[in-house]
Amino acid sequence: MTEAAYAYTTPTDALVAKFAGSVAIESHGQSVVHVDKSSLADVVEYLRVSEEFTMCLDVTAVDHLQDVERPQIDGIKRERFEVVVNLISHPRNIRIRLITQVPESDPSVPTLTSSFSGTSFPEREVYDMFGITFEGHPDLTRILMPDEWVGHPLRKDDAPARVPVTFKGDPGPR
Amino acid sequence: MGMEQVGHNFMTGQLEDVVQWARRRSMWPAAFGLACCAIEMMAAGGAHYDLGRYGMEVFRASPRQADLMIVAGRVSQKMAPVLRQVYDQMVEPKWVISMGVCASSGGMFNNYAIVQGVDQIVPVDVYIPGCPPGPETLMHGILNLHEMVRTGEIMKRRSANNGGAGIEIANVLPTDSAPTPVTISVADNSSSKLAV
Amino acid sequence: MSLTEEELTMQITGDSSRTDSGDDVAEDVAEQSVLAPELKRLSRQTGEGSQELRPLQEIVIAGGPWPELEGDGQTMIINMGPQHPSTHGVLRMMMELDGETVVRAKPVIGYLHTGMEKTGEELTYVQGATNVTRMDYVSPLSNELVFATAVEQLLDVEVPERAIWMRMMLVELNRISSHLLFQATNGMDMGAVNMMLYGWREREEVLRVLEIITGLRMNHNFIRPGGLAADLPDGWQEAVLGVCKQVEAGIADYDKLLTENPIWQSRTVGVGVITTEQCMALSITGPVLRSTGFPWDLRKTQPYLAYDQVDFDVIYTDNGDCYDRYRIRLFEVLESVKIVRQCVAKMPGGDYRVQDKKITPPPRARIDESMEALIHHFKLFTEGFRVPPGETYARIESPRGEIGCYLVSDGTGKPVRMHVRGPSFYNLQAISPMMEGRMVADAVAIISTCDPIMGEVDR
Repeated sequence: MTEAAYAYTTPTDALVAKFAGSVAIESHGQSVVHVDKSSLADVVEYLRVSEEFTMCLDVTAVDHLQDVERPQIDGIKRERFEVVVNLISHPRNIRIRLITQVPESDPSVPTLTSSFSGTSFPEREVYDMFGITFEGHPDLTRILMPDEWVGHPLRKDDAPARVPVTFKGDPGPR
Repeated sequence: MGMEQVGHNFMTGQLEDVVQWARRRSMWPAAFGLACCAIEMMAAGGAHYDLGRYGMEVFRASPRQADLMIVAGRVSQKMAPVLRQVYDQMVEPKWVISMGVCASSGGMFNNYAIVQGVDQIVPVDVYIPGCPPGPETLMHGILNLHEMVRTGEIMKRRSANNGGAGIEIANVLPTDSAPTPVTISVADNSSSKLAV
Repeated sequence: MSLTEEELTMQITGDSSRTDSGDDVAEDVAEQSVLAPELKRLSRQTGEGSQELRPLQEIVIAGGPWPELEGDGQTMIINMGPQHPSTHGVLRMMMELDGETVVRAKPVIGYLHTGMEKTGEELTYVQGATNVTRMDYVSPLSNELVFATAVEQLLDVEVPERAIWMRMMLVELNRISSHLLFQATNGMDMGAVNMMLYGWREREEVLRVLEIITGLRMNHNFIRPGGLAADLPDGWQEAVLGVCKQVEAGIADYDKLLTENPIWQSRTVGVGVITTEQCMALSITGPVLRSTGFPWDLRKTQPYLAYDQVDFDVIYTDNGDCYDRYRIRLFEVLESVKIVRQCVAKMPGGDYRVQDKKITPPPRARIDESMEALIHHFKLFTEGFRVPPGETYARIESPRGEIGCYLVSDGTGKPVRMHVRGPSFYNLQAISPMMEGRMVADAVAIISTCDPIMGEVDR
């Protein structure tokens, strides 16, 4: 299939034109589109059906609670969490990254498993690590931590990244 | 005959020497590979380093058939109850080698997920440093353990060498996932007599 | 002849007093008093914690010919792992079996969760390579490379030519050692135990070369942001070319031993079939994807380093079964040997790291004579360097598929988020569709040829 067969020259153009609230930027030579939380699943489905994005490589999240400096993007209200989706189109040999802002008050996004069933594991991982729920996920349970674990370790205000070193037979402070 | 180390012939030898010799010469490890160190443990079992020289190449899949557990790698909070269960399934006499810094002390991963030293769960006889320890280091640790077995008490092993950490497991694990809390006490000598 | 439940109870416990009208309380008490010291004595004998014997209990067996269990589709759930010799570490499979057939299979992971992504937020960019190298511990250099690439993208630096070629050679040597490990463990899982010895024999040779170059057998921490930790040592050409020859001889041996072996073929051909469409839906990359007839290799399709300047082929097959995955990994080793040879031939001179004072420590000799160099060195390794704010996703082809590193910086010396897309994590999802409907004896073959490394799955 040649490029001319697509309605828009690049998938980022298509997303900006079709989905309200989408902002396309470029980050270190990679095309990134900030999309609205409510339209994330539709965007992914559109990319899969109309733009030949054949594989969802990765779903992950970022906690921006303690950022020292965070670049502002026009038209995007920055929230605490970001869900990041990496997609690849094998026939067109291009990649795209979707970023959506997830507020702390309502940490939930629609699931992508209806478009790519391979996002099941990473969505469970994001749920486990960040406590972001994926609405409609068939089996949203903890994946890495034990089932009875309390908290979501990769949140900046949850688990300590360093615990004090304990010494065997340490008599304590002298 | 391979019994040169026993020191006496079968008429004048002590039973203890024979038991120690036999234990030392046929120590079967349980295959308990966890992480990077497991690869080096397998390398030690491979052709070049050849653990078979020490009668140790039979890595047993079942803990019931093993008397040495080599904890090779980092022990996560989720794995800790499993590890304890495998240890409990091993029959006496049994020994534990903590291979690598992650198993010994948590290593560079002093975070929420890793048990900071496997001696909080099971009593450890030999600690092997390194990340990962090479097969040579593992063999050095094994030879040290052999020496301990050869010279140690055959009956009151735990109370004699103070093996183990003497820490309650209940403090370490998430309360829900822990099986019945088990006290590994080294102070209580009365309860550590072995059945022979 | 069928016994009632009560009669069975009696037979098993041997306790006739219980089948009486049940009012022999006195006798029960008497029995307990006899048992109590005995129990005490037993628990003394095995004082190793939880090995104490439990008090005697009734054992009830629902007896009978079990007519309701014969062939009416009742299934059984069995657990494989997490401590299981053929699951490549601590993978746990929950399998629902109908007789010998796997109805459903579900991988349960997390038994090696190390919190590396959290630790990665706590380490500086200089220290970060130490952390990521322990993720996929069978191909640590791939992890280091992807992390270093991500940091370099954020810093916007270009590494010198020599560093690029050195990296390529090291990563390919690492791919060889990783695939040799696969041959060893895969053979062992299938029952060809001699393959384990042969695989380790060649792998040791490769590890020795890596040790000559990087100083360590595993977890090298050699590829760092901005270049490499050290230059190539004297005599590296002879070592690398020598090991290439040994590996080729070894691969010829395995080929002779296994590829045409009818036992091996009957064990693997047609087992664990997966299609390209399934791979696409399940985000599966690497040899598993290539075994389905889709020649997707990032080294060819989206070249990084200098892969567009070397000559090699992408190996792919059409059937998507265990046999194909074995063959792909076998012949990929030969392609890697080809690349390594070209790297040795074309290795350019020059510096092995960028000469940027911000990210490169001063040379060792300067530290001895210059106070400023000492301070600079100290600050670089304690505080690290600052990275401009931004986010990036770097990706390379590791021996197991596409490994990616998503890095977010806020302008300080430590990343806000360091996420690694481990290919094994996604490839594990392929196990369920491959296994379902197959015999339980094939489960080990399927897990083994997916080649998951649990350190990378759980991170």
